Amino acid sequence: MKKLLLASTLSALLFAPAFTSTANAADYVVDYKGAHASVNFKIQHLGYSWLTGRFDKFSGSFSYDAADLSSAKIEMFVDTNSLNTNHAERDKHVRSDDFLNVDKFGSAKFISTSITDKGQNKLAINGTLTLHGVSKDIIIDAIKIGEGKDPWGGYRVGFSGTTKIGLADFGIPDTLGPASSHVELELHIEGIRK
Amino acid sequence: MRNTINHYGWGTITLHWLVAVTVVGLFTLGYWMVDLGYYDPWYKQGPDLHKSIGILLFLVMVVRILLRLVQVKPQAIETHTDTEKKLGHLVHVFLYSALFILMISGYLISTADGRAIEVFELISVISFGELFTDQEDLSGMVHKYLAYVLISVVVLHALAALKHHFIDKDITLKRMLGYRADKQ
Repeated sequence: MKKLLLASTLSALLFAPAFTSTANAADYVVDYKGAHASVNFKIQHLGYSWLTGRFDKFSGSFSYDAADLSSAKIEMFVDTNSLNTNHAERDKHVRSDDFLNVDKFGSAKFISTSITDKGQNKLAINGTLTLHGVSKDIIIDAIKIGEGKDPWGGYRVGFSGTTKIGLADFGIPDTLGPASSHVELELHIEGIRK
Repeated sequence: MRNTINHYGWGTITLHWLVAVTVVGLFTLGYWMVDLGYYDPWYKQGPDLHKSIGILLFLVMVVRILLRLVQVKPQAIETHTDTEKKLGHLVHVFLYSALFILMISGYLISTADGRAIEVFELISVISFGELFTDQEDLSGMVHKYLAYVLISVVVLHALAALKHHFIDKDITLKRMLGYRADKQ
């Protein structure tokens, strides 16, 4: 009886990690606290240059296992009030109901539905973006930058992702001219394994 | 030139009407400019003009307060009732305070990111940076709603003057236009 118990405990200990790593990908929290993640955007100004900005406050978590993407998923929540384009007057205007209407739509979110491997560390992240009260399916083209132990006893993995969204698709008044009808989102995400 | 116990001097009268025209002008400009399209030529000029005039108005108001402090304050006309005197005083206190809060809140919107305000591209009024969180949004709210309240009180103030002129037939309004009972 004792031997059986020992054997089963041992086998559980030996096989459980291997087993769970295929069934359940590791869970990560987006490193907002340490600020190794950012939610950036850029939009053309008059068609002459790029105007960049970012959202200073957000949170997120994801599940990821390089060997098996079928159970991978990510969700991100962005505080739209935290928009920052390094110009107070412009930020105030973009937050107003002329654009993001953050009093009414204070947060945006992205929840993935499926993630597919495109080879060479590239991923296609399909999911639903809810912005300005409108939910739309989008695809984020992502690339894994790196993965491994950090010097402080933790384990990290990081990605970059880009996508392009139309203002009008999310019901945001498209008043900035033909060159500025779309915004490009640029995400840099580092996750710390929980 | 100077105020007397019964009359406003030309300095006071000029400042009163200068501020009156400027305040109505700034309100109209502000109300109009916030809805301009991005490609409108006034999209940049409107706010630049609004800020430049606003800063100059602040200087004028400081001078006005100083002149008010160093001069005799003409007394209310004898035929005014006590209620009218109290209401009049309350409206004056409100107009002065609201104007200063409006100008300060306007300044706080434009300087929330450390940028200075350019007055007609001649003078830069420095920024004190972000003094509190969400400065541009909170100041913006105060600036917008207080402007509506102020302009309503301005209308009330003007209606009261017209009431004195046409109904009470006293010299309240004429006095602010330079009329002097002792020189007739």
